Amino acid sequence: MANPNKAKAESGIMRWVDDRFPATQMMQDHLTKYYAPKNFNFLYLFGVLALLVLINQILTGVWLTMSYNPSAEGAFASIEYIMRDVEWGWLIRYMHTTGASAFFVVIYMHMFRALMYGSYKAPRELVWIFGMTIYLALMAEAFMGYLLPWGQMSYWGAQVIISLFSAIPGIGPDLAQWVRGDYLISGITLNRFFALHVVALPIVILALVVLHIIALHEVGSNNPDGVDIKQKKDETGKPLDGIAFHPYYTVKDLVGIAIFLFVFCIVVFYFPEGGGYFIEKPNFEPANPLVTPDHIAPVWYFTPFYAILRAITFSLFGLDAKFLGVLFMGGAIAILFVLPWLDRSPVRSMRYKGWISKVMLALFCISFVILGVLGVLPSTEGRTLLAQACTAMYFAFFLLMPIYTRLEKTKPVPERVTG
Amino acid sequence: MKKQLFALLFALLPITAFAAGGASVPHSMDPDLSNKESLQNGMKLYVNYCMGCHSMEHQRFARSAEDIGIPQDLVEENLIFSPDLAFNDQMQIAMHGGDGESWFGVAPPDLSLMSRLRGTDYIYSYLLGFYRDPSQPLGVNNTVLAASAMPNVLEPLQGVQEMVCAETDQPVAGQSPDPLSGKYQSCDVLKVTQPGAMEPDEFEEAIYDLTNFLAYAGEPSKLQAQALAPKVLIFIIIFGVIAYFLKREYWRDVH
Repeated sequence: MANPNKAKAESGIMRWVDDRFPATQMMQDHLTKYYAPKNFNFLYLFGVLALLVLINQILTGVWLTMSYNPSAEGAFASIEYIMRDVEWGWLIRYMHTTGASAFFVVIYMHMFRALMYGSYKAPRELVWIFGMTIYLALMAEAFMGYLLPWGQMSYWGAQVIISLFSAIPGIGPDLAQWVRGDYLISGITLNRFFALHVVALPIVILALVVLHIIALHEVGSNNPDGVDIKQKKDETGKPLDGIAFHPYYTVKDLVGIAIFLFVFCIVVFYFPEGGGYFIEKPNFEPANPLVTPDHIAPVWYFTPFYAILRAITFSLFGLDAKFLGVLFMGGAIAILFVLPWLDRSPVRSMRYKGWISKVMLALFCISFVILGVLGVLPSTEGRTLLAQACTAMYFAFFLLMPIYTRLEKTKPVPERVTG
Repeated sequence: MKKQLFALLFALLPITAFAAGGASVPHSMDPDLSNKESLQNGMKLYVNYCMGCHSMEHQRFARSAEDIGIPQDLVEENLIFSPDLAFNDQMQIAMHGGDGESWFGVAPPDLSLMSRLRGTDYIYSYLLGFYRDPSQPLGVNNTVLAASAMPNVLEPLQGVQEMVCAETDQPVAGQSPDPLSGKYQSCDVLKVTQPGAMEPDEFEEAIYDLTNFLAYAGEPSKLQAQALAPKVLIFIIIFGVIAYFLKREYWRDVH
């Protein structure tokens, strides 16, 4: 049943379309009459950048698929074929590999922004949960994509991660074998990871991105003050502190996109290996199930969680250390999902929260970075101790949040946005 | 916020050294892909001395020739030895699959990506690091890769290199330098004891060229990337400036 009040073009082709599809209405709902707070700072760029990187990954991925050969015999050589014999293949591939790391950079900044300004708090719980699900799907996507070049680190990194399933008591070993589809990682594993990487997970991620944005546009964007701009509207119903997403934020985002692309292109053209972090050196050798590399490190964006896994060196409640490590690692991600219900503060933004919240967030970020660094390095006794301390800090940030956010004294939130 | 970003950058600095990876090697070299003469000499040396055993299966003769400026007829006359290989073919070797393994114990690795796997310092030091060692099956050992299975195929050029006790400029652990000469005493010094076809300087230069060629072959697209990058970056800067003024114009009416 068509809604007669829908916005429609006066005449012409647009009118013809509008009578059949709500193009003008959608344009207004999501761009020209979607009012965003006028006080966004640079941290609000990373959502748009994530979208840009997603498009980059899909386009370059489609073109890589045209020349890639998903078989244990041909995968490695087909990557070098793309690098050397396919016109512009090197550029397409480096845009894809650099894009993978860039994706996590912008997503981590995007999540940090949410923590800073309480963007997960009511009424944006579903925005946050859809976002977290995207993050989870993205980790799976990145992990499976990393196996495809079929280099040594691809192979052994996947070996380590899949073996985590075998730590689950009872069903573990069978589960790991089910995931691999073989007794060891083989061409069968490669083929199924390829299918998931290029078909299944991109569909899931795209669908989740749509849900994330629809949920966001339903409740409206938060802002650095955490003020609800819908409380104060002018006579036409436009929020006083809101400005239309298009053209104001589209033109502003263009500047951010230019800055991002400048940095991105410098990496693509001059440092595509990212100092050995975006493309790890052992990956220049084809996968060899008989030779383990000296040191297996996951790609940098997984290292904080890998460090948490390795930090658990003790058994507890009859659970062995490895399984406990897997539980902690899973818990570190799972706990983010319930964040909206852990924060009991009456205010959203860090600007008006008390000093305990500020200190906790700072300590959390420091711990996360330290864990990331430790996850790259081989473990020693001292490093394990440090990783344990950082893991404790990581969880304390969340588990103590219901207490400290309720206890601390908050500052009064202004009526309107500042600056 | 900027402070936090810088703090994060500094926190990550120490691990860049780790990611670069590998043990330290005695020599370092900086590849120069703009030095076509060096790359051409490197390819000549590679084809003549290395390609008996080491394939470069991802790289084509034609691509190398085109990138480093060797005419097709010269390549076909002087650098393609096998009648089975044509100018557009990949740089394959005539040795069969299992031969290398049965002759040397390990199959000689393909070298297309060796410069990216081990780094050019490693290759350069390895090739300079052979010395006579009668205890080894092939009579030679290597300072970078002990008990290396590779024979010293470059010995006719370098001459016989031996490990001797002598003075050296390289610091030796647990030893203070001689106060007069500033040198150290070491029994790990490599010295050419019987001259080869090349002087030591000449030989080092030849190894530089060879390593330089391997650096090129590891990532031939680097030449294209370096040529394209400035154009792309300048475009982005111009785009960014226009976008900035556009933004400023639009935001004039935001108060």
